[in-house]
Amino acid sequence: MTTLSYAVTDSATMLRRNLRRLMRYPAMAVSVLGVPVILLLLFVYVLGGTLGAGLGHRYIDYLAPGIIVLAATSISVSTAVAVNVDMTEGIMNRFRTMAIARTSVLTGHVASAVIQAVLSAGLVAGVAVLVGFRPTAGPAGWIAAFAVIAMIAFALTWISVALGLVAKTPETASNLPMPLQFLPFLGSTFVPPASMAPGVRWFAEYQPFTPMIETVRGLLTGTAIGDHAVITAAWCAGLALAGYLWARRTYNRGGR
Amino acid sequence: MTENQPPAAAAVSASGLRKSFGDKVVLDGIDLHVRAGTVFALLGPNGAGKTTTVNILSTLIRADAGEARVAGHDLSAEPDLVRAAIGVTGQFSAVDKLLTGEENLMLMADLLHLGRAEGRRRAADLLGRFGLADVAAKTAVTYSGGMQRRLDLAMTLIGRPRLIFLDEPTSGLDPRGRRDVWGMIRDLVAGGVTIFLTTQYLAEADDLADRIAVLDRGRLVAEGTADELKRLVSGGHIRLRFADVSGLDGASRALGEGARDEEALTLQVPTDGSVASLRALLGRLDAASLEVAGLAVDTPDLDDVFLALTAHPDSVQEARS
Repeated sequence: MTTLSYAVTDSATMLRRNLRRLMRYPAMAVSVLGVPVILLLLFVYVLGGTLGAGLGHRYIDYLAPGIIVLAATSISVSTAVAVNVDMTEGIMNRFRTMAIARTSVLTGHVASAVIQAVLSAGLVAGVAVLVGFRPTAGPAGWIAAFAVIAMIAFALTWISVALGLVAKTPETASNLPMPLQFLPFLGSTFVPPASMAPGVRWFAEYQPFTPMIETVRGLLTGTAIGDHAVITAAWCAGLALAGYLWARRTYNRGGR
Repeated sequence: MTENQPPAAAAVSASGLRKSFGDKVVLDGIDLHVRAGTVFALLGPNGAGKTTTVNILSTLIRADAGEARVAGHDLSAEPDLVRAAIGVTGQFSAVDKLLTGEENLMLMADLLHLGRAEGRRRAADLLGRFGLADVAAKTAVTYSGGMQRRLDLAMTLIGRPRLIFLDEPTSGLDPRGRRDVWGMIRDLVAGGVTIFLTTQYLAEADDLADRIAVLDRGRLVAEGTADELKRLVSGGHIRLRFADVSGLDGASRALGEGARDEEALTLQVPTDGSVASLRALLGRLDAASLEVAGLAVDTPDLDDVFLALTAHPDSVQEARS
């Protein structure tokens, strides 16, 4: 099908454009990466002693998988901003008046964001190993963990693209994904939900990030995964589909 | 695809276009007919609906009602065929500021599937023609407003569109940048391209367009050549300034018409702009022994066109006939 091959070609063109922009203005990507690294160091060196004592084993091994997922989710802000800047600067309208594969603008953003997310997660994983993270996973475990991370990034990115299209200004676009970024804090990133107060605990157990983090944690450190993997896949499929439909609708309508 | 265009090949033909945002009516049923190979200017103040019209005709938004054929294709049935035939340059430079001038053009070439070699050839040609060859390897963020606008136009042209929409192409440009853009538009027309232009400046429409339509609050209030529109507002008016109120009073009595400004001690008298009428006016003032302290002839501007059109609704029919 020529339509499909054009869709792939045009998306690849857009991806090239986004990666080129990223290389030329890396400040945003670097600052995005800073937060998870700082959190990692803060929790390992400042809070880790006490938290680890509470958990009964090395805290870094509990913490690192959560922070790695957090690194992947932090791309949502820069994605929403990038999409919004395209829209407010008028180049999105130029693309929309061209006979190109309709949503290649958006898939280009998604592809570049997933690549960034996986790279960020990889970098944070590297830092974690440097400060003492000792995962039990073999190569297959690592690959599986990063496949899950790519899947999570894919889902969150579609939501972020929609948020970027809905926002009126880049400032709003950078604020809208905040709740998304805050969710991991109310999940099993730093401490097991079982140790939380009842209301929060209920929320932590049922929100999407807990199964996501538990799946990555299980793949990397050998903790029990159970049905977390299935729930993660369901959440990712649902979020990605909802984000895609929302983004496509907003894009075809001309944003806002 | 059958190209059954009407005999007088129309680049744009639209009828009954309507658009509302919420309960605000932006376009209240407009008809447009633009002959291929001509420059058509849509003239109107801010908020008249010019950009909305361009957005509809360039497939960015859908009209609530009405139909249109653009570049020979039905707007709602074949939007992609319309897109393949048109180029759009909006009010805000739609360039990627983090890419270089050349990269911006190559991005367009890639999206148009021109192939590397052809894309590079066209990009180099356009960069040279638009005086951007020296800065081709610099990111667009370093360009001046005029340079960004030229790059924007070059990006529109790389696909060799047959119909180009230019939405206020000179807004925000200095006089030199404005002149550059005008020159480019003339070159394009010489090459057989159809231009659909929007502007708030009568002078710009006057200078460039074969036909002008005046849009006001979502309705077309007049359409015709620049000369036909100017005839509607005749020659504007003459402003007479007097040394004191008694002079102003005397002139009001002697002439029996005109708009008084007590503060500035001026009287505005409509005129057709001819020397004869000016002579007659001065003759009547002389006969009344009135001393005129100052005199200015105001040529018609957009305000006058609008005032004339809203004051005499009949003239709309006149201009259309």
